[in-house]
Amino acid sequence: MNILAAIGRLFLAFLAETGRLTLFTGRAFAGLVQPPIYWRLILQQMMRIGYFSLPVVGLTAFFTGGVLALQIFIGSNRYGAEAFVPQIVVLGITRELGPVIAGLMVAGRVAAAIAAEIGTMRVTEQIDALTTLSTNPFKYLVVPRLLAAVITMPILVAIADSIGVFGGYVVATESLGFNGAVYLQNTVNFVTHQDVTSGLIKAAVFGFVIALMGCYHGFYSKGGAQGVGRATTNAVVSASILILAANYVLTSALFAR
Amino acid sequence: MANGNPKVELRGVKKRFGSKVVLDGIDLTLEAGKSLVVIGGSGTGKSVMIKCVLGILRPDEGQIFVDGEEVTRLSGRAREAYLRKFGMLFQSAALFDSLPVWENVAFGLIQGHGMKRRAAREVAVEKLAKVGLGADVADLSPAELSGGMQKRVGLARAIAADPEIIFFDEPTTGLDPIMSDVINNLIVSTVKGLGITTLSITHDMASARKIADRIAMIYRGRIVWDGAADTIDNSGNAMVDQFIHGRAEGPIQMEVRR
Repeated sequence: MNILAAIGRLFLAFLAETGRLTLFTGRAFAGLVQPPIYWRLILQQMMRIGYFSLPVVGLTAFFTGGVLALQIFIGSNRYGAEAFVPQIVVLGITRELGPVIAGLMVAGRVAAAIAAEIGTMRVTEQIDALTTLSTNPFKYLVVPRLLAAVITMPILVAIADSIGVFGGYVVATESLGFNGAVYLQNTVNFVTHQDVTSGLIKAAVFGFVIALMGCYHGFYSKGGAQGVGRATTNAVVSASILILAANYVLTSALFAR
Repeated sequence: MANGNPKVELRGVKKRFGSKVVLDGIDLTLEAGKSLVVIGGSGTGKSVMIKCVLGILRPDEGQIFVDGEEVTRLSGRAREAYLRKFGMLFQSAALFDSLPVWENVAFGLIQGHGMKRRAAREVAVEKLAKVGLGADVADLSPAELSGGMQKRVGLARAIAADPEIIFFDEPTTGLDPIMSDVINNLIVSTVKGLGITTLSITHDMASARKIADRIAMIYRGRIVWDGAADTIDNSGNAMVDQFIHGRAEGPIQMEVRR
């Protein structure tokens, strides 16, 4: 009996959470289309979310590209198919690793920061204060972050794609004995614009997920410092899981044809 | 307005969280231009009551009237419009720590009233002067201020847009007795004589005596006593007597324990 009750409670809690998240997303979209739009805040958030994530995303992309070239070389060497390294590197980076690695890094950096900031504003009554000053907290806090993340993530990923391919190029030419010009020629000839755009579409979706999770968990945090800590953890964990899940769904949707 | 026309009126307001009843039918009237202080122990529903009036929380039952208009079901633009009549000083001041002091004070003017930033800054400096803070404070960040200064900035923010009604949530909590009296004096001097209606909630009796025209006592989500401030010592109400003398023994149990 008790086990059934526990399962039931868990299920009800899940439904309640899903409903609350859906309402939250709906209110965020409503805030997106109604004036006022806070341009100053959107630009500020674009700096924080996009620009300041460049070093960490760039470094991870470089090493990922490098290790990808190394692994593919080791694997394809067994069939004497080493020549395909540049093609597989550019495919792997633009379609999968660029958006996913950038998404996970930005989730760790930005979803945590958003959840901590908004969560602290919640527990110190700053969000209530916004309401009493005739300012809709959704338009003031949530919408600028969502917009900034959706706009900057594709740009970040485009840069990460280039750096990732460069990482593969460096490893291939420096330690695997590839000719630089041939490597680049093969990369450029092979990659299609669909490979790149599908990765950029993923990036925009991941940006939305990251900002939404940060805002949502921050917005509903309660119980002081511990509550803010919990919100931060939940934001990063849920953003990361949703990114990986969305990645699968998007891949099957975008590449099924 | 002044004679008998209530500025804010709560009728049978109820609010519960889960199975916990916090407000159990609040009836309360704020007369225009008067200062009402609601006293009561921690956890008796004082803050929840204020948040219901401000639309931060939605009451489960009952009605709230502001200038005769029912406000509990308002949303969006209509809600932002009635909230423009209000100023609020939060218990923890609740200053926006991402903005400098002057922008905190001018926030309602810039966002709510669409004032230009340059003009709003001038108003902010003027309001800061009213609460005894110099122009040099304007560019500091709230984190650089002491608790008493933060409260004063919060007060300046509450009065910045010249509201008709101001709510004070525990204006003196966490301050030393002298700073408490400074804040009380500021509340009296900035509010009295301007025809502003105020509602303060506190458990600090010194503060209540100083700023109140009327005092009401809340206990277990109900108003148990309501009378003129100078009659509080002869209220004839055992709960009020216990509260103002700070006794652990009496009709109120548990609630006075922290």
